[in-house]
Amino acid sequence: MTAIELQQAASLPAPARDADRFYPLRRAAEAVVFPLAALVIALALFSVFLLALGKSPGTFFWLVWRGAFASAFSLQNTLQRAAPLLLTSLCVAIPAQLGLVIIGGEGAVLMGGLAAVVATYPLQTAPGWLLDGLMAIAGCAGGGAWIGLTGLLRTKRGINETIVSLVLYYIALAVFNHLVEGVLRDPASLNKPSTYAIPPQAHIPSLFGTELHPGLPVGILACIAAWVLITRTTTGFAARMTGGNMRAAQLQGLPVQRLMIGACVLGGACAGLAGMIEIAAVQDRANSSLAAGYGFTGILIAFLARHNSLAIMPMAVLLGGVGAAGGLLQRRLDLPDASVLVLQGLIFVCILASDTMYGRIGWFQPARGRA
Amino acid sequence: MTTDVTGAIEVEAVGIAKRFGAFTALDGVSARFRPARVHALLGENGAGKSTLVKCLLGYYRADEGSILVEGREASIERPADADALGLGMVYQHFTLVPSMTVAENLVMARADVPAVIDWSRERTALAAFMQTMPFQVPLDIPVGRLAAGERQKTEIVKQLYLRRRFLVLDEPTSVLTPAEAEQMLGLVRELTHSGAITTVIITHKLREVAMFVDDVTVLRRGRMAGSGEARSLSAAAMTAMMIGEPQVPANPERRGVPAQAPVLEITGLRTPGIGGRAGLGIDKLIVRGREIVGIAGVSGNGQAGLVEVLAGQRAATDGEMLVDGEPYDATRGAAQARHVRVLPEEPLRNGCVPRMTVTDNLNFRTFDDGGGRFWLDARAMGQRARRMIDMFGIRAPSPLAPIGVLSGGNVQRCVLARELDGEVRLLVVANPCFGLDVKAVADIRARIMAARNAGTAVLLISEDLDEILELADRILVMREGRIVHETPGAGADAQAIGAHMVGQH
Repeated sequence: MTAIELQQAASLPAPARDADRFYPLRRAAEAVVFPLAALVIALALFSVFLLALGKSPGTFFWLVWRGAFASAFSLQNTLQRAAPLLLTSLCVAIPAQLGLVIIGGEGAVLMGGLAAVVATYPLQTAPGWLLDGLMAIAGCAGGGAWIGLTGLLRTKRGINETIVSLVLYYIALAVFNHLVEGVLRDPASLNKPSTYAIPPQAHIPSLFGTELHPGLPVGILACIAAWVLITRTTTGFAARMTGGNMRAAQLQGLPVQRLMIGACVLGGACAGLAGMIEIAAVQDRANSSLAAGYGFTGILIAFLARHNSLAIMPMAVLLGGVGAAGGLLQRRLDLPDASVLVLQGLIFVCILASDTMYGRIGWFQPARGRA
Repeated sequence: MTTDVTGAIEVEAVGIAKRFGAFTALDGVSARFRPARVHALLGENGAGKSTLVKCLLGYYRADEGSILVEGREASIERPADADALGLGMVYQHFTLVPSMTVAENLVMARADVPAVIDWSRERTALAAFMQTMPFQVPLDIPVGRLAAGERQKTEIVKQLYLRRRFLVLDEPTSVLTPAEAEQMLGLVRELTHSGAITTVIITHKLREVAMFVDDVTVLRRGRMAGSGEARSLSAAAMTAMMIGEPQVPANPERRGVPAQAPVLEITGLRTPGIGGRAGLGIDKLIVRGREIVGIAGVSGNGQAGLVEVLAGQRAATDGEMLVDGEPYDATRGAAQARHVRVLPEEPLRNGCVPRMTVTDNLNFRTFDDGGGRFWLDARAMGQRARRMIDMFGIRAPSPLAPIGVLSGGNVQRCVLARELDGEVRLLVVANPCFGLDVKAVADIRARIMAARNAGTAVLLISEDLDEILELADRILVMREGRIVHETPGAGADAQAIGAHMVGQH
């Protein structure tokens, strides 16, 4: 006997809809809501930290607002701090499109700055615009070569680019110090060993009677250009393919190695340009002030922006502002300088943790469960 | 608990429901697995087979329903609870440590590994244990050096060593030769009928069900679609339960005979061996127009290397590749000029960028018009993608959804749509239907056959011998990087091919 309980299920669910018109919108909302939520959580955690120290979180945030954004002076201070960060963030965000984690942008800042100073030496009497042009090229070349070397070691020898870029930063610092305290040292710089100054006509003046120097517009333009390159050009598309799945890129015959090295050179050039602008518009000479950690804060910003070049801009302003408010916080709240680092660290950890939430919340997903 | 029970145990799922967010994976499924019988769990991809066994084994907690073991309600909240009850699973993806020997893997898997292992005693115990097994596995060889079939046996031995009495095998024969598969399933059935274990086999292969299985349970879209004794169910009846449609899709029709002139001609191709595995050594390989050449072989015998060379993912050390008489170096330029397309295996891993959109993925081959464009043409890309989505019946929540959220069948359809678009002279396909459900398999095989009928030369590299027998005009067997056997596709003898695959002809 063919004993069978053939329970043909009476009614199966209706075929799922193939299209969800709001899906792109849902994804965009996801990309905004999660970082914001992470920021709020980080601020809440920091408030707990402040309460533990016996300080009022309300006063703290009010002071940050005052010190960073409330007055023309504080806003200028914030933007001035943000300017080099825009460029050093790109040194992380551009290679990140290809799946490379570069953390040695600080080395490219030093090499770019040093190269820019040296480029002026043979041409002391040349016109300022020419010198600035040469400095910019030298800065980009110095930084680009430094990170490009990282890309070269990664693609040709398979060495981890994160470690290489970090180690190259230490080498850059040593080379920088060796030259600044050695052959390039201006004997007149007694307390703080520095190179000879660049010719005075090469100094880039501030913009329209403000404290702001051209680093800000240059940084903004660079961020927009990077965004256009990555999202709107075939080269950027090929880079995103490579970063998303190298095997798929190889299958399509893309020049994977060239793309990787190119992205490293481009990122390094941005960081080198940041170094050049610091020299030409602020320091006039290369010394230890150049190693102010712009490259490292850039890592933080790029991750906060999830390597989106446009999102780098508000994030750089945010962290520039936190830095600008540091002095006021110290004076008024009697907080140690490092408490700002605690805040930065909390934001960083919360944003990284929020990465794991993508795709987990139903509302942001397509209207249909699964195909 | 019930650890003193010896021999096979009965496991019953009662009204199991499991939801992931808005998606209902299982909807009130009840199934009884009677002791000392071989059960098959059938269903398309996404039917809920894996979810059901994961609930039984404590990897998921069911939202509703209960699990009875030997008629008593069991609380299985963690994999450890399932272990204690004697419930175990052999995964499709192996869970052995490749660098450790079989003996080390077995001892390490135990729950009670002592801090210091007395190896001489363990080895004696293992040797004695192995004597009681229906099949033997070498104890002192690192698992990484074992063939796929041997590893599968080791996985089963491991489960028996851990005193499992209820064993789930997840697509156990997908990487085995027909002879290996028959031997392995025969042994499992023998073992089961001897009363040692109850076995549940998750499978797609109806032929194996007919030969080795006692009871069948079919799931469809998270619900019970039917069950019964295997010998009283025809293949057509089981397929109908699985896909909910009365008739099986017909085999694709073969039209026309192969052309005379070769499209692909490989001579003296060599690659270095990697990690103890032989490199490629192909003296001559020809594929003609309107011809499907199937390359059969046990996985890991150089097929992947051949695909990588043709895809430009690996460089050959020596040899010549001609396409339509012109040298071919697998670069983007050469592939576009010679109209060569490669469909890699595991398309999501090898041919797609999961986080980029369906539209982007459909345009990988054409986004730069062969290298001439600077700006992306978003409008043209969108139109091309929509055309492909319509033509190939791709089901996606939106053309702008990341391709990673699509089901395996739809990812494969995307890659197929992308690579079959335009003129195609040579199509290289690797395991195109691995892990897909019945309907998607039929669809994709029909597309490949249609490309052949249109005059394309097709090189089909597959570990599924049934697929090769169905599609190929000519069959080659690859072993240790070499082509060791050739036979026409029509009337080919599966057993003879299998013998050449393992080198025992």
